[in-house]
Amino acid sequence: MISRLAKTLEIRTSPHIVSGNSVDTIMFNVVLALAPTTAFAIYAFGLAGLLTLGVAVGSCVLTEHVLCRASSRPSTLGDWSVTITGLLYGLTLPPSLPLWMTAVGGVIAVALGKALFGGLGFNPFNPALVGRAFLQAAFPVALTTWTPSFAVDRFVSVPGSTLAFPLTEAVYVDVVTTATPLALWKFDRVATATGDAAMGVISGSTGETSALLILAGGLYLVARNMMSWRIPVAILGTVAVVSTLLHWADPTAYASPGFMLVAGGLMLGAMFMATDMVGSPMTPIGCVLYGVLIGGLVIVIRTWGGMPEGVMYAILLGNASTPLIDHWIQPAVYGTRRARGAS
Amino acid sequence: MRLLGLKTFRHGVHPPESKDVTAGMPIRQFPFAPVLVIPLVQHIGKPAVPVVTEDMEVRRGQLLARPDGFLSTAMHAPASGVVRRIGLTPSITGKMVPGVFLEPFPGSTQEVADGTPCDLEEATPDEIVAAIQQAGIVGLGGAAFPTHVKVKVPDGKRIDTVIINGIECEPYLTTDHRVMLEQRDDVYQGIRYVLKVTGAERVIVGVEANKPDAIEHLRDGFPSDLPGSVEALRVKYPQGAEKMLITALLGREVPSGRLPLDVGAMCINVATTAEIGRLLPRGRGIQERVITIGGPAVKDPGNYRIPIGTPLRFLLEQVGVNEDVHRVFMGGPMMGTAASTLDISVVKGTSGIVAFHDEAAERTHKHVYPCIRCGYCVDACPIFLNPSVLNLLAASEQHETMAEEHHLMDCFECGSCSFVCPSHIPLVQKFRVAKAAVRKARAAAKESAS
Repeated sequence: MISRLAKTLEIRTSPHIVSGNSVDTIMFNVVLALAPTTAFAIYAFGLAGLLTLGVAVGSCVLTEHVLCRASSRPSTLGDWSVTITGLLYGLTLPPSLPLWMTAVGGVIAVALGKALFGGLGFNPFNPALVGRAFLQAAFPVALTTWTPSFAVDRFVSVPGSTLAFPLTEAVYVDVVTTATPLALWKFDRVATATGDAAMGVISGSTGETSALLILAGGLYLVARNMMSWRIPVAILGTVAVVSTLLHWADPTAYASPGFMLVAGGLMLGAMFMATDMVGSPMTPIGCVLYGVLIGGLVIVIRTWGGMPEGVMYAILLGNASTPLIDHWIQPAVYGTRRARGAS
Repeated sequence: MRLLGLKTFRHGVHPPESKDVTAGMPIRQFPFAPVLVIPLVQHIGKPAVPVVTEDMEVRRGQLLARPDGFLSTAMHAPASGVVRRIGLTPSITGKMVPGVFLEPFPGSTQEVADGTPCDLEEATPDEIVAAIQQAGIVGLGGAAFPTHVKVKVPDGKRIDTVIINGIECEPYLTTDHRVMLEQRDDVYQGIRYVLKVTGAERVIVGVEANKPDAIEHLRDGFPSDLPGSVEALRVKYPQGAEKMLITALLGREVPSGRLPLDVGAMCINVATTAEIGRLLPRGRGIQERVITIGGPAVKDPGNYRIPIGTPLRFLLEQVGVNEDVHRVFMGGPMMGTAASTLDISVVKGTSGIVAFHDEAAERTHKHVYPCIRCGYCVDACPIFLNPSVLNLLAASEQHETMAEEHHLMDCFECGSCSFVCPSHIPLVQKFRVAKAAVRKARAAAKESAS
């Protein structure tokens, strides 16, 4: 027995044990954490929500698979990261967006936002936001036309625009369009009840409406140590503090902090997009800086910019500054710090 | 630094402890192998010089080889028997080293020969240092640095605190735990010798909180003549590393590239201390040590007092291993070295033998993903390096940048980064390769300069 043993001994270097953690486990847990938000999006927007999310995930996953095959590499669908990209991308879209636009954006998100840079781990920007930013630039009207949530016929019919023929202008004649709470505030100074925004009974992108469910998903990931809690805390903290000061200075010109926190894509962005490990800094202090930067940009764009919502661009700019933050902020190496209590 | 009332250091990881199987098992005597092979290099430093010849009969405890200079140590016969051969033998590093092949007499009572005692009261510090060297004592925690070199405080330096390292943070290993329970008086006697040599004012025995019986046992019998205490620490790997332990207990940071004595501290492993206390009063040398034999592939795991030079093959035959045993390593699973052959022997620095079968070994055969910049390694590294950045630099072989700008040479290869990496990147192995390349380049530069 022992002689057999000597022949099959395997030599590997230490450590000989590893923690159970794995990239695919982390990514799958992010998908799980997004499940309540996804389910609520489908519940709130019915068939249109389901189709938008389905096409978003499908186009992203398919693009990744095809590109892997085209470059003769094994498919990377198993790491679940592209599923997250697809879900997040779908959750940021207006529910009445023509499906062909959704598909085009999905292809762009994965092809230009991820694969072009070398795939998982190498993309400087959050791929989902790259896809959405492309759509925002290419189809500004479609990306800012909103249908109300909880329409009575949402499970039996879809807005005409959803099934618009590719490359045609989307027609919104048959749809009652509404403005999002942020647009209402920005352009008409109409305040929406913060409670409604928190619960999600408002119009908006498919997954941006229920702040509470997003928060629950984020808490789950923090509890499993799969998300940096510092990033959302820094973003939301910055938004809360700055908007409190502004609101206190002039309540008629600046929205209340509670409203600012739960409205629009802030919660989804802060919890799930800014925290994307690949595009965020690695050190604790770096994460806080990054969060403060994004939070500040959100306030600036929402308050003084031309658009009602600024989370997407704030996060993309945050992603862009990550390499610089990581270059500046390095952990203070043991033995190079000030000696404490040395005799 | 204190957390939840217990001291510890910052960062680090929590590997499964896997100590419950052997922690409660008293130390048992291991039988003599038909042939014991005693390598003459079991320590950091110059090989010992044999004082025996082939076919010579030796008594257990008799000197086999004398130290060659100060940075070297003595070897003693682990059994009464006859020297069959003096020749090359494989070592865990993969190199062939000179060794003494000793065949124990089967019928011998194996009485241990006593030497010249070193009396605690009468001996001067220098005499104690010499006695430790003659006893062949090296760091038994695994580093195998000659203990007499360590305890000799250079002129102009002062040690105020001696730390006795009873942390044993490596999974599976329970030798220090058993030594603290079964050799308490040896530990305290050893501390007296060490305090006398170093002139330190106090001693702290550091034990992790997962060994409450040892902490209680040590505290109960703490001698009134010893200035110091037994301190419980929060369980965390790699707390047994000198620098981490000093920071945890004293709040002092050993400057990069310097030694603990530069901050007035000295760490000595608890089993090493026990050996000083056990051997010096009788003038004996190390001829055996306590090891844990464990791991999922071992049928009869336990803590054993085993003769130095016992070949792994004999050792595994005695305890029995599963048919599908796949990997055997010396030391714990975090920092231990995999054995490439079973012809290597247990040496003074071997704190344990752990064997994994296929299933346990397979857990590390995972698909390697690209780095997703999760930062787990940054949060794990006890030295506060950035393994992720070092990994990128290693990929393009920028070794000098790694060393100059990212403190590569401060890495002591604890393996915490590789342990937590969800992409299963062999980080610590890349750093070993890079460190070797830097050392080589620096040596070459020095040579061409001179």
